[in-house]
Amino acid sequence: MATATAPAPRLALPGVLRHRAAHKLLLLALAAAILVPLANAHWASGSWPHDLTVDLSGPLGRANDWIIDNRDSSPVFLYFFGYISNAVVLSVRAVYLVLLAAGWAGVTAFGALVAWRVAGVRLAVGTGVAFLACGLLGMWVPTMQTLALMVVAVLTSVVVGALLGLAGGLSERTDRALRPVLDTMQVLPAFAYLLPVVLVFGIGVPAAVLATVVYAAPPMARLTALGLRNADPEVLEAVESLGATGRQRLLTARLPLARKQLLLGLNQTIMMALSMAVIASVIGAGGLGDRVYQALASVDVGAALAAGIPIVLLAVVLDRVTAAAGEQTDESAGEPGSTLRPWLYALGATVAVAVVARLAGALDWPSGWTLNIAEPVNRVVDWMTAHLYSGVPYLGGTADWAGHFTTWVLDPVRDGLQWLPWWSVLLIVAALAWVIGTWRTALTAVLAMAAIGVLGVWKPSLDTLSQVLAAVAVTLVLGFATGIAAARSDRFERALRPVLDVCQTMPQFVYLIPVVALFGVGRAPAVAAAVVYALPAVVRITTQGLRQVDPAALESARSLGATSAQQLRQIQLPLARPALLLAVNQGVVLVLAVVIIGGLVGGGALGYDAVFGLAQGDLATGLVAGAAIVCLGLMLDRVTQPTERRTKKGA
Amino acid sequence: MRVRTAYSVAAVTSLALLSGCGAADMTKQASPFANAQGSKTVTLSVQSWVGAQANVAVAQYLLEHKLDYRVDTVQVDEVPAWDALSQGRVDAILEDWGHPDQEKRYVDDKKTITRAGGLGVTGHIGWYVPTYLVKQHPDIIDWKNLNKYSSMFRTAESGSKGQLMDGSPSYVTNDKALVTNLKLNYQVVFAGSEAAQITQMKQFAKEKKPFLTYWYAPQWLFKKVPMTEVKLPAYKEGCDADATKVACAYPHTPLEKYLNTDFAKKGGKAAAFLKKFKWTTEDQNEVSLMIADQKLSPADAAKKWVDSHPSTWKAWLS
Repeated sequence: MATATAPAPRLALPGVLRHRAAHKLLLLALAAAILVPLANAHWASGSWPHDLTVDLSGPLGRANDWIIDNRDSSPVFLYFFGYISNAVVLSVRAVYLVLLAAGWAGVTAFGALVAWRVAGVRLAVGTGVAFLACGLLGMWVPTMQTLALMVVAVLTSVVVGALLGLAGGLSERTDRALRPVLDTMQVLPAFAYLLPVVLVFGIGVPAAVLATVVYAAPPMARLTALGLRNADPEVLEAVESLGATGRQRLLTARLPLARKQLLLGLNQTIMMALSMAVIASVIGAGGLGDRVYQALASVDVGAALAAGIPIVLLAVVLDRVTAAAGEQTDESAGEPGSTLRPWLYALGATVAVAVVARLAGALDWPSGWTLNIAEPVNRVVDWMTAHLYSGVPYLGGTADWAGHFTTWVLDPVRDGLQWLPWWSVLLIVAALAWVIGTWRTALTAVLAMAAIGVLGVWKPSLDTLSQVLAAVAVTLVLGFATGIAAARSDRFERALRPVLDVCQTMPQFVYLIPVVALFGVGRAPAVAAAVVYALPAVVRITTQGLRQVDPAALESARSLGATSAQQLRQIQLPLARPALLLAVNQGVVLVLAVVIIGGLVGGGALGYDAVFGLAQGDLATGLVAGAAIVCLGLMLDRVTQPTERRTKKGA
Repeated sequence: MRVRTAYSVAAVTSLALLSGCGAADMTKQASPFANAQGSKTVTLSVQSWVGAQANVAVAQYLLEHKLDYRVDTVQVDEVPAWDALSQGRVDAILEDWGHPDQEKRYVDDKKTITRAGGLGVTGHIGWYVPTYLVKQHPDIIDWKNLNKYSSMFRTAESGSKGQLMDGSPSYVTNDKALVTNLKLNYQVVFAGSEAAQITQMKQFAKEKKPFLTYWYAPQWLFKKVPMTEVKLPAYKEGCDADATKVACAYPHTPLEKYLNTDFAKKGGKAAAFLKKFKWTTEDQNEVSLMIADQKLSPADAAKKWVDSHPSTWKAWLS
């Protein structure tokens, strides 16, 4: 019944929307007509007026010195941060020692057995093969270091996230207060807040774990709250009528009912944490990320790939296993007794394998069993750069494209943005955000943009913004085209899936050097890397959105004799509009994250300042750039925030 | 209520016990991956340039194969590396290009870092052009003639000016000030990392294109892409004191080694070895070239060098 009535209000909606949008714009124009002449009379410069900036370099420099001088004497450090730091170091060390004691055979067996219990034979084989591949690539010890770090970071994120989610799920008011905080945590590009964490905790594992927790906890919190809220009211009522106390109700009914969401939250948290593993290597996290980073220093793409592949394998295995765990809970939930025994067998088998391996003296990965993939990969990269960089007949080389892209697209967009008077930028932001969202999102967006001006980094921020806009445009064109193709052909989608998996989980650092080899140093390679990274998410969301379009609507169009192009244009695309908007939003957020890292390949602007701050320990430059990146991220997110996101993003 | 208090008391005490009671010293924290399974571990910091990787590769090889240590390496930028060294997260920096602020703070005032002598290599930063370009325009090697050629160095990034390519943000550079103070029609373009800079230089060299770059010696790339230094106004002691007024060349810096003070005292054979570690520019370049150009793994490159230079390293172990 719902499907039959759905199209009617949808058709009526655009008219209402347009009406409302016109209202908003009119109101905004009125406000502008009053405020702009005022602002212009006071501060007539095109760029952000100097009177309205605050110079933070003095206080930030002093804060930096204070922390370094008092780190070994102030009680804040001795009795608070010191404990956190020590606790992290000790727990990572404990996990690492257990993994080393289990040896490669024990760890592989344990991984495979867990996968078998949770997700069946096929995934068990896959897990085993993945672990062996990590060893074969000569990355066993770094893989274990990363795994130890991940175990601690994920557990902490899950605990923090679950507590926040619990608070949000039980109290409406807390939930409302938490939402913007979680939203913001997720939008922040991780690169921006590495510096403050490093300053307090120093280079190394504790800083890396904490930066990861900030990034990975929000999905857990969000999904926990969602799960608690969506618990079946009838079951709750039944439990209540049995006279259960609040705590009993929570433990026996609400939490078990939310199990599916909790597992999905765990899945998301693991994926986010793994994507931080490499960025955290910039602050000395060690493990696989560090191998990628070190390989890049000697311009060795092959070696970087050898360390990147285990990250991809870990991500894919963990994703599939936790996803499978989430799907099959319905049948097996609730009877812990019946499922305990196989787990004990699995544990026993693991111990047995580990002991046998130890007795056989094969605890460490045998040094002869490695496969050198670095050399062939480097040969391929060399061939590519030798033959594609320039002088390809008719097409021109990639360097020429990059040059043209910089001169014809990036330069005009940047110059145009920097030429615009500052108040008109604010107006445009306000208009876009208000038309797409609510007055609240518009206000946040404008305030974020104004904060950038106040921080005194207006020009570099607009430079970064121009790169983001160019990259998003390219991503959307490619992403929508691919997404539409994938939605129309099952075979194409199946073929695409592993490619998307790899693009999404492969650490961004791995493709920074190939893009320089192809596009030269500058903003163009930064844009190229951003497109590669953001494309999978856009393709996925587009495909999913198009596929979920009401089949009844499509059926009726087909019966009216619409061609397949007409169906796409007139039915599928309009109905998938929320999904497409979400794709734009996700594209923007992901692009920004990589454009920043593009500071490492000549992207300049805010990304360079953030890297500079980290490299020189210069809190003033780094933190201001980081704050500007955060504001830019907030602004872009709010400007593109579809009202439907709240419900979508959680799932 | 009472139960909850008991829990939290238990939690706090166990945390306190775990972290060694009382105050938690942030200045003494090794990497969690150090000294695992009863083996002795040395943690070395690697900087992003290949010369630093070469030092570490050889030190690591000798520590592992001759002294029976396990070696962890962590890649850290220069300034944060000093901080990490003072906290004991890493045990040694083998190649430092001179950081007077950090030396004063950690070596002289806090005494958490100890000098460990010279590396035997002298470093020098400068502006370089490829030698094939000098053959066509012999007068290009004086900064006074650079403006004449600026249009030749144009790229999409530098717009109407010539491009002066700079490297990683972690390196010491006065180039922006130099361009302004010497009134040069050039735009400093930051490659953002040494890897990006090397990749770009190799591409230029392959096509024999003109380029002007911030670069430094010792560096293995000189063997692949011969370059000539552009003369800047001569360096005098203190001419680079004010960062905005610099108008002179970069100094020649004897590279230094530094150890964490605790490690220097209690590090046993490893610390003694690292203090004695001292080699020549040629040695370093030989290893660097194997790592970065012939794509040998650092361990293989180190092994090759160690096998062919026994007299050099035997002195370090005695």
